[in-house]
Amino acid sequence: MLVITCPYCQEAREEEEFSYAGEAYIARPAVPEEADDATWGDYVFHRKNPRGWHWEQWQHVAGCRKVFAVKRHTVTYEIAGSWTLADGKALYLKEQA
Amino acid sequence: MSGYRIHRPGERINRQKPVSFQFDNVQYKAFSGDTLASALLANGVRLIGRSFKYGRPRGIVGFGAEEPNALIQLETGAHTVPDLKATQVELYQGLLAGSTTGYPSLDFDLKGLLGKFGRFMPPGFYYKTFMEPVKAWPVYEKYIRKAAGYGHAPVLPDPESYDHLHHHIDVLVVGGGAAGLWAATLAGRAGLKTLLVDEQAEMGGWLLTERRSRIDGLSGMDWVSQRLAELASLPNVSVLPRTTAFALHDLNLVQAVELLQDHLPLTERNAALPRQRLHKIRAHQVILASGAIERPLVFGYNDVPGVMTAAAGHSYLNRYGVAVGREVLVQTQNDAAYEAALDLAQCGVKVMLADARQGGAAAWRQQALKSAGVELLLGHGIAKVLGDKSVSGAQLVKLDGRNNQVVGSGPRLSVDTVLSSGGLTSTVHLFCHNGGRPVWNQQQLSFVCPDEGRDNIACVGAITGRWELSEALGQTHAAVAALLLGHGRGSSGNAPSVASEEVAAPRAIFRLPDGKPEGHGAKAFVDYQNDVAAADIHTAIRENYRSIEHVKRYTALGFGTDQGKLSNINGFAIAAEALGKPIAEVGTTTYRPSYTPVTFGALAGPHVGETFDVRRYTAMHASHDARKAEYEVVGQWLRPWYFPKPGEDLHAAVNRECLATRNSVGVMDASTLGKIDVKGPDAREFLNRIYSNAWSKLDPGKCRYGLMLDENGMVMDDGVTACLADDHFHMTTTTGGAARVYSWLERWHQTEWPELKVRFTTTTDHWATVAVVGPDSRQVLQKLCTDIDFDKDAFKFMDGRSGTVAGLPARVFRISFSGELAYEINVDANYGRYMWEEVMKAGAAFNITPYGTETMHVLRAEKGFIIVGQDTDGSMSPNDLAMSWAVGMKKPFSFLGKRSLLRSHTAGDGRKQLVGLLPLDPKVVLAEGAQILSNTDDTVPAAMQGHVTSSYHSAFLGRSIAMAVLKDGSKREGDTVFVWAHGKSVPAQVVSSVFVDKEGVRQHA
Repeated sequence: MLVITCPYCQEAREEEEFSYAGEAYIARPAVPEEADDATWGDYVFHRKNPRGWHWEQWQHVAGCRKVFAVKRHTVTYEIAGSWTLADGKALYLKEQA
Repeated sequence: MSGYRIHRPGERINRQKPVSFQFDNVQYKAFSGDTLASALLANGVRLIGRSFKYGRPRGIVGFGAEEPNALIQLETGAHTVPDLKATQVELYQGLLAGSTTGYPSLDFDLKGLLGKFGRFMPPGFYYKTFMEPVKAWPVYEKYIRKAAGYGHAPVLPDPESYDHLHHHIDVLVVGGGAAGLWAATLAGRAGLKTLLVDEQAEMGGWLLTERRSRIDGLSGMDWVSQRLAELASLPNVSVLPRTTAFALHDLNLVQAVELLQDHLPLTERNAALPRQRLHKIRAHQVILASGAIERPLVFGYNDVPGVMTAAAGHSYLNRYGVAVGREVLVQTQNDAAYEAALDLAQCGVKVMLADARQGGAAAWRQQALKSAGVELLLGHGIAKVLGDKSVSGAQLVKLDGRNNQVVGSGPRLSVDTVLSSGGLTSTVHLFCHNGGRPVWNQQQLSFVCPDEGRDNIACVGAITGRWELSEALGQTHAAVAALLLGHGRGSSGNAPSVASEEVAAPRAIFRLPDGKPEGHGAKAFVDYQNDVAAADIHTAIRENYRSIEHVKRYTALGFGTDQGKLSNINGFAIAAEALGKPIAEVGTTTYRPSYTPVTFGALAGPHVGETFDVRRYTAMHASHDARKAEYEVVGQWLRPWYFPKPGEDLHAAVNRECLATRNSVGVMDASTLGKIDVKGPDAREFLNRIYSNAWSKLDPGKCRYGLMLDENGMVMDDGVTACLADDHFHMTTTTGGAARVYSWLERWHQTEWPELKVRFTTTTDHWATVAVVGPDSRQVLQKLCTDIDFDKDAFKFMDGRSGTVAGLPARVFRISFSGELAYEINVDANYGRYMWEEVMKAGAAFNITPYGTETMHVLRAEKGFIIVGQDTDGSMSPNDLAMSWAVGMKKPFSFLGKRSLLRSHTAGDGRKQLVGLLPLDPKVVLAEGAQILSNTDDTVPAAMQGHVTSSYHSAFLGRSIAMAVLKDGSKREGDTVFVWAHGKSVPAQVVSSVFVDKEGVRQHA
C-alpha cells in the first residue's frame, strides 16, 4: 500500500483514499478527425508501462476529488512527489526535453 | 511418564493459581502461566500427534513458533481453532484441546503401520504411484485426503469479533528480547513515537530462559523489568505483548496480530471487546530484533517423542519449572547447549552430553559441567534413537574430527530424553518478505541479516548472527545510536554492560553420520511436519532437482504451519552437500508472509456481514418491507425485485405486475438511478463533449436520452438528462454506474477541459424517485398535483416540469423505460416514503400495482431498451446497438469516442449486433448467456455467432422473447439460428428487438 500526498489537501494519506486514474500527460489529438488510425490507436490504446519512473494520475476520491500528478517508481514504489496537474506538467515536459 | 515439576527460582508460572484442562478427553492439572505444551510435559504426556505421511508417533519438539509437531485442535463448536501449536497456547482454566491426527486413535494409528514401509514412499510418491489411469484419480484422492491433513476448520459462524487499528509512527521495534528492549529504550528516550511488539505474553525473549547473564549488574529479568518500567514512563512509547508482526510490506507497512482474549477462558471473555486485533503499522523506521531459533541436529529416529531441542528443554525447566526427563542426553555441536545441560544437572537430572566436536566447548564450560556431574562424550554423535512412542535410549558413534564420517562405534546409552542443538538460525523472515536477501555466515553457521540492514530497516541482535548477549547489545546500541544521529537526535549514552565470555567455534555439521549410506540407516528427519527425511533430499537431488526452490516443492521441505523454522537450514545444508556446493551458493527458499498463521477473523476484522460491503436502502424501503417485497442487490442498493401476493412465485408475480402496468397503472421505486447535478455556463458544452448525441438545442423543460461512449467508441453508460435551465441539467446514470460516471465527468473536466465553467454534484441520495407507469398514470398524477398541466399536448413525452405533488415541491419528468405513458416524480429524499404512500392512495382506484426490477426488465425488453452491462459488455458501439440516432456526428466538438467510430475495425463488418430472438416454441425461455450457432448440426468446435443477453416470458405477448448480440445481426432479420445451452439446441428466429408498440403510440398517449 502506497502513502500518497494530495497536493491540494497537503497531507500524506493511505492509498485507500485514492483512485488510480491512468498514465498522466497523454495528449488527446487536438483535431481527432485529422489523426490517422495509427495515431489515434496509439492515443487510445498504447501506454508507456515503464520499468522505472512513471508519471501517473491519481484522484483523491475519498477526499477533495481532485485529480493530480504523481511520479512513482514502478519497481521500488518510491514516490518522487505529487503535484497539481499543471505544476507536474511543467516538470514532466522539462524531463522529456 | 517422564516430565515432572521442579521448583525453579524465577519461573514464570504462578503456583498459587492452579488450573485444570482437558487433552484428548483426559483431565490434567497445571498452573497459570503454563503453555499447553509445558502443561502436557509436566503431566508426563509425550505422544501429541501422528506424522503426516508415515503416521509416526510425535511429541513436542520446540517451545514456541518453531514447533512442527504439536498441532492441536482447541475448543469445540463455533469456538474451535485448528492446528494451533501447543507451545503457543496459553493455558486457562477449563481449556479443552485434542490431537489433530491419529486414525482410529492417537495411540493406534493405521497410517503408522504404513510408515513401517516408509522406504516405499519416496518424495513424489503420490505423483509417481497414482498417475494411471487418470480417471481413477478421484477414487484415489478420496482415500488419500482422508489419511492426510491436520485438524478441522470450524463450520459454525464465528461468535467473536475482531478489529483493525492503524498506526503511523516513527519507530517500530519487532521483538521484545534484550536487543529489542534496548532499541525501544533508545528510540523512546530520543522522543520518537515508538511501538514495541513481541509475540509472547511476556517480554524478555531468551532472557526468560537464560538466567546466568548479568546486565549492568542486574539479573536478566530484573533488567527487563527496569526496561519495561522505563518504557511505561515514556508517553511516546507503546509496548504490545502477544502481538506477532507477521508481514512486512513495501514502504515499511508491517502487519501484526494481537491476541487480546485468546488467553482467557471462553466464559470470561468480554463480548464487547475483540478477540484479536490486526495492527497495520506504518513506521518511518523498522528495527528488526526478532532474534534466533535453535535448530535440532539431524540423526536417526530423531523424531521419537522425547527428542527435543536443547533450547526447549532449557526453557521448560527455567520458565515453567518442568524437567522434561530424568535421564537426559544432550547432543550438540556448539557451546550454547552446555547451558541447558548445566541447569538440568543442577536440578538433579542425570545428564550426559555428546559433542560432535573433538575439543568440545570452551574450557570453563567443560569444567562447569564436570563439576555438576555431567558425563562428557567428546567427538561423539547419535547414530540412532531407541524407543517407539517414547525415547528409551540412544546409540552413539565416534566421529572423525574433520570429515563428517564415522570412525568407530560409541556407547549405547539408556536415557528417556534427548535434547539436541544444531546451532541457532536467525529469524530473518520479515527482512525478506519484500525482497531482502539474507547472507550466509560461515562462522555462525546461519543465514543472517546484513549489519547494514536496508533503507529504513535496521537489524539488531541475534538476527545479525550475534549469539552472545554482550555482542548483541553492543551492536544494537551502535546501530540504533547511529540511526538516531541520522534523525538528528543526540547522544544515546552507553551500551548496557555485559561480561563477555570465551566461546569455542561450533562445528559445521547438520546431519550426524551413522556410518551407512544415506537411505540405508534409520530415518533421519529434517522436516517433522512434512515427514521429510535426509534421504528424501538426496533422492530429489539424484532425480536432478537442482534449485533449492524445486527441492522444496518436490519434498515439501519447509511447508506447513511452521514454515521450516527448524528444518530449513538443515535441509539447505544437506542439499548443498548432495550438490557438492557451498550452502551460500545453494541459498534459501523465498520467505513470504505470514510468519505464523493468522486467523481469517483478524484479517477480515470488522469488514464482515453488514459492513463487508455497504448496503444502501432507498427512502421508501419501509414501504416495500410492509408490502412484503422480495429484494435483489443492484450495485450496493437493495431494490425490490418483485412483490409477491400470497401463494405467488416470481413468475406469477411478474406476469401480474407486467399486465397491470400495461393495462392500468404500475409504480416503481426508481430512486437508485444515479443522479448528477451539472451546472455552469459551460454545462451544455460539457454535455456535448461527454455524450454522443447533441445537447445544443435542448430547451429548458425538455429531457433527452444520452449515450455515453468511452474513447474507444463503446457504450459505457446511458440515461436521461433533463434541462432545468440554460446552465443547469439533471443527469441520470445507470444504478451501478453512478460512481464511475461521476468520476469520469470530473476527470475529463480536470484533465482535458479545465477551461469549461461547470460543476458536478452527486445528488443520487438527495432525490427519491417514484415512477408511475401505465395508461392510467396521468389520472393518478392529476389527483396528486394541481399546478402542472398534464394535458397530452401541454406536457409531452420527454418533457420535464417543476410543481407541487402531494403538497411537496417536485420535479416531474414524462419519461418511460417501459414504452408506456409514464411519469417520474422526484422529491426531497426525506419525503420519499410519504410520496410513495400518497401515490399508492391516489392510485388505489386504478388498482395501482407496485412492481420491482424483474417486471422493469421484462417491460423494457418488450420495447427493446438496452441495459448497459447486460446487453452491452464494453465492446458494443452505438451502431452495434442500432442506436446511430443517438450519435451527433455533425457536432462541432469531437465528442468522446467519435473518432474511434470511424476506425476500420469499429466501422467494419463482422461485428456482433443487437437483435431480437423469438424461439420457434413460444413456451421456451432461452437461457441468458447461451451461445448462438448457425446450424443445428454444428460440431465442436463450432463457430460462435453470438449470445443471448436478455430473455424473458412476456405475459403481455403471451410468449417468450429474447435480446441477443449476433454477428452481423443487423442484416440477419428473418434467419433461423440455434441457441445452445444445457446440452440442447433450440431454434429461434432473428427479429427486430422491439417486440411491443413499434410505433411508440403508447408512450406518446
